[in-house]
Amino acid sequence: MTLLEVKDLKQHFTIKKGFLGEKKIVKAVDGVSLHIEHGETLGIVGESGCGKSSLGRTILQLLKPTSGEIIFNGKNITHLPRREMKTVRKDMQLVFQDPYASLNPRSKIRSILETPLIVHGMNNKAERMKIIESLIDKIGIRKEQLDRYPHEFSGGQRQRIGIARSLTLNPKLIIADEPVSALDVSVQSQVLNLMVDLQKEFNLSYMFISHDLSVVQHISDRVAVMYLGKIVEIANVEDLYKNPLHPYTKALLTAVPQPDPTKKRERIILQGDLPSPVNPPSGCPFHTRCPVATAECKTEVPELREKEMGHWAACIHVQPAQLEKPRLIIS
Amino acid sequence: MDALRYIIKRLLLMFPILFGITVLTFFISNTIPGDPARLAAGPHADAKVIEELRETMGLNKPLYVQYGTYMNNLVHGDFGFSNFSHQPVIEDIKAYFPATLELTLFSMFITILIGIPFGVISANKKDKIADQFTRVMSLMGVAMPAFWLGILLLLFFYLQLGILPGSGRLDTGLSPPVTITGMYTLDALLSGNWTVFQSAIIHLILPAITQAAVTIGMITRMTRSSMLEVLKSDYVRTAYAKGGTDTRVLYGHALRNGMMPILTLLGMTFGHSLGGSVLVESVFSWPGLGKYAVNAITYLDFPAVMAVTMLIAILFITVNLIIDILYQVIDPRLNYD
Amino acid sequence: MARRLFSSPLTLIGLFIVLMIIVLTIFAPWISPKDPLEVNLGQKLLPPSSEHWFGTDEVGRDIFSRIIYGTRISLKIGLLVVVIAFPVGTVLGAIAGFVGGVVDQIIMRITDIFLSFPGIILAMSIAAALGPSIENVLLALAITWWPWYTRIVRSSVLSIKNAEFVESARVIGANPIRVLFKEIIPNSIAPASIQASLDLGFVILAAAGLSFIGLGAQPPSPEWGAMLSSSREILRDAWWAATFPGLAILVTVLGFNLLGDGLRDLLDPKNR
Repeated sequence: MTLLEVKDLKQHFTIKKGFLGEKKIVKAVDGVSLHIEHGETLGIVGESGCGKSSLGRTILQLLKPTSGEIIFNGKNITHLPRREMKTVRKDMQLVFQDPYASLNPRSKIRSILETPLIVHGMNNKAERMKIIESLIDKIGIRKEQLDRYPHEFSGGQRQRIGIARSLTLNPKLIIADEPVSALDVSVQSQVLNLMVDLQKEFNLSYMFISHDLSVVQHISDRVAVMYLGKIVEIANVEDLYKNPLHPYTKALLTAVPQPDPTKKRERIILQGDLPSPVNPPSGCPFHTRCPVATAECKTEVPELREKEMGHWAACIHVQPAQLEKPRLIIS
Repeated sequence: MDALRYIIKRLLLMFPILFGITVLTFFISNTIPGDPARLAAGPHADAKVIEELRETMGLNKPLYVQYGTYMNNLVHGDFGFSNFSHQPVIEDIKAYFPATLELTLFSMFITILIGIPFGVISANKKDKIADQFTRVMSLMGVAMPAFWLGILLLLFFYLQLGILPGSGRLDTGLSPPVTITGMYTLDALLSGNWTVFQSAIIHLILPAITQAAVTIGMITRMTRSSMLEVLKSDYVRTAYAKGGTDTRVLYGHALRNGMMPILTLLGMTFGHSLGGSVLVESVFSWPGLGKYAVNAITYLDFPAVMAVTMLIAILFITVNLIIDILYQVIDPRLNYD
Repeated sequence: MARRLFSSPLTLIGLFIVLMIIVLTIFAPWISPKDPLEVNLGQKLLPPSSEHWFGTDEVGRDIFSRIIYGTRISLKIGLLVVVIAFPVGTVLGAIAGFVGGVVDQIIMRITDIFLSFPGIILAMSIAAALGPSIENVLLALAITWWPWYTRIVRSSVLSIKNAEFVESARVIGANPIRVLFKEIIPNSIAPASIQASLDLGFVILAAAGLSFIGLGAQPPSPEWGAMLSSSREILRDAWWAATFPGLAILVTVLGFNLLGDGLRDLLDPKNR
């Protein structure tokens, strides 16, 4: 059953350069469609600046979408008034990247965890404490530590507190924006495993945003690859990692260190830098760095098409396998 | 090109500020003090006279109409009529303003002459005795009531030693030089009147030192911190490595580059001096705008008080504007946004 | 933290002065040897002595006692002005930074207008319009002072308004008022509160100046500025009448400045 569906979502920022300056448009998210099932984890990968964080924040309506639709739990929430949006917020939460910046330095942990409940009208203090105490038990924070301030905890502990905060309202979907990239590698797996355990226990759906392909592989059921505001490939995690179709995904995957040094692999090195989203290339946005680009790529915008069963890619050079019933858009 | 655009932008932005200043002064003078008609009519006028006055003064009209009249008058140089001097306020201002300008410029001159070298020395001898001394002195300068320092200076140099005059701009018996700028020192120089020049300078010493005492402290501290930044830089260390002497490196290389923040502060200092003129001029009976304003307050002469207030504000923002523009034009590294 | 604060001798001196002023303010009736308003023409213009430490004025009042009582007036003005101007300035600055757009433009242009007057001049004209009294000087100074806090708070709000912990409050659906008062303001008032502690001194200085030109406290009030003003009449005969009230202002302002400087150095990350 589908929990979240996003249709042709766009997030364009206007930046005005200076007084009397000309306006420029940054297409952070440029026509993204995707869906997430109940209990599923969708990984979003891409280089920094590809728009993956903006995508998460737009879905959460922290940024007002330029166009497109967001359907959550069967309800179109794209243009809900603030008051109605508040009830939806209970069901979709965000876990932040930087555990040092995401907790109010002047609030005690107790107050940080209590605030969501207070905001949503739970006035009984004993009830609130019951919820909080059962949550911190799961994330390995002791009851006595509730009256401490964020700076008294380690990065991993803080991130677990951040996760606990996102769970206080018992949400259905958690959007995790690079939740482990600020942590030491040794701590990353702890937090990832905690997230997996919590997913089972609370039947959560995750949208897991990261630039780190191995982390995404570890936690995701399906993975979407983003480049300059667009999804260029989306597939089940095994399909995507074993059989990448899009040249960009292939390049990304060859850059991932392999545990087996005897295994031969050809590394594809991308030419040039990530183009500016202010002035994206015409045609296929990837053509400036693509090893297989042809003249057509400069003019033709490739659509995201199902090339194999459940495996979609946006590249005109990828030939679709014979499908029983080719579909044009993701449903 | 960018610099020009910046200047145009700043000039355009000045209009709303000027408008705001007039609104604020209008508001203070017309709505806060209660009934201007009662004030103008005097304490013993009866109700009927006051009502007639309200009508003729336009006080029964809506506020925006009153503001329109006020603005219209301002644009035509009509700042109101002084009940105290019995002439248009603008005439008084013309008479008193040069004295204030002369005092302010003179005290800023002293400020630069003392404050900047002190700051440089302080930075160069960081944490040494000289630095500690200037630090304490500048702290004292900022915390000191200038009017009190003025009184002490009067007490010592005028009453005790009798070597400096205690009030006015010239010795009694001397007549002012031909009015060119209205600043006696400059006018005396221009007309070659040596006696008057000497007398004018001598009369300026105490008020100017008093006025400068506070701003010296500010400039010294700013110069010190600005120089400390610069002294850490590679080009200063290179200059020393090439065998440059202290004086040459400090004043030739470092200070030139450390001047930028000091320039901004000079603008603030100017405003501070203008504000301080109210107090300092009272102490030394210096016939400038400040003394005029204080007299006007004593005689409940509001048009005069408000005119001085507005004039000083306009002067203050103009000087700051000029400094900002200089700053941007001199330093090409700055971003114009 | 406390150890670093007290490692600077100047800060310690500042703290000592401020504490002394607080003690003098509270215990003025017990500390001062004489009634500050008591006229004794037989004892006028006496120089400092063991009986009258700071001498007497033109009507025989004990200047030492008057200065002690003067701390009450000065501290009251300093505190009240900051207590009025600080919250007003803080809330406006926080709103300007948080809401942005037109609201920000309007608030900041208004502060620009207030700040285009040299402070003492604006306060002077407002106090003059309101009429001479301590309360009016207090009000005038508060009206003059708030824009400074607005500026400082706005810039600190701008630096944290996109912080993740602020965003996290929005994610849980907290309303903007709650975000502003619970998340943003508590995390952005530190620089402004340090400025406020410095300002206590400057407000006292400005109030004394306004009283000096006849706008604030009226005789026979033992306000330091007013005392200095009337001392000018007897300058030739009584240097002490001019010296000690000014010294009291200097020491008080210095005390608040030193303490404020110490606090600022403590919180400035550059000095860590």
